[in-house]
Amino acid sequence: MATIIIPTPLRKFTQSQFTFETTAKTVGEAINELINCYPELKNQILDEQNNFRPFINFFVGDSDIRTLNKEQTPLGENDVLSIIPAIAGGL
Amino acid sequence: MKTITFTSPAWDYILMQAIKDFPHETCGFFFGFEEEDRRCITQAMAVKNASIENKERRFSINSQDYIRAEKFALQNHTTLLGIYHSHPNHPAHPSLHDLNNALPFFSYLIVSVYDKIFHQATCWRLNEEGERSFHEEELILPS
Repeated sequence: MATIIIPTPLRKFTQSQFTFETTAKTVGEAINELINCYPELKNQILDEQNNFRPFINFFVGDSDIRTLNKEQTPLGENDVLSIIPAIAGGL
Repeated sequence: MKTITFTSPAWDYILMQAIKDFPHETCGFFFGFEEEDRRCITQAMAVKNASIENKERRFSINSQDYIRAEKFALQNHTTLLGIYHSHPNHPAHPSLHDLNNALPFFSYLIVSVYDKIFHQATCWRLNEEGERSFHEEELILPS
């Protein structure tokens, strides 16, 4: 099974779960499965058109899915899918 | 009021980074534990300021460094509780840019450094209800 790592700021929406195991075959399917399990996550990850929010990044291993096949990026048995919030600031 | 206490190793590390990186903004993560409204910070991790804008006024953290911080927390049975950055030659007050980029849950430590000399530090958390705004945490630093 592939593993989704939930970032710390979103764990309040996953009953404090750090990880989520999935048999989904693509990133898009895996995220939908996660949202079905924890519906409060939806607004944090998807916009009103159900597209991934631009300030949330998704990595399979060390690769940004934008450089792969986006939502259709395949997930293998032992893949790790990380949900990563964009972090910035300054003066 | 929520309180956040930095242990000496964590605070000394952050301050050293803020001074070393001056006049650029320093940035990184900090880790520890929390009980109700109290957080205690025991470790910090400096990361590269990946901003492609003026690093004297902006910081950003790349995704690989964020993954590294989350893995560090999992492997060391600690919690990623926040992000620090410096304001070189400016007060330790959050900017609109800081507010627009803030995430819920995290504490945001701002370290003000003037000409490589520590000036002031403050810590903030995003209000999770109502208008988007910060509230200040009571910051306890080692004496």
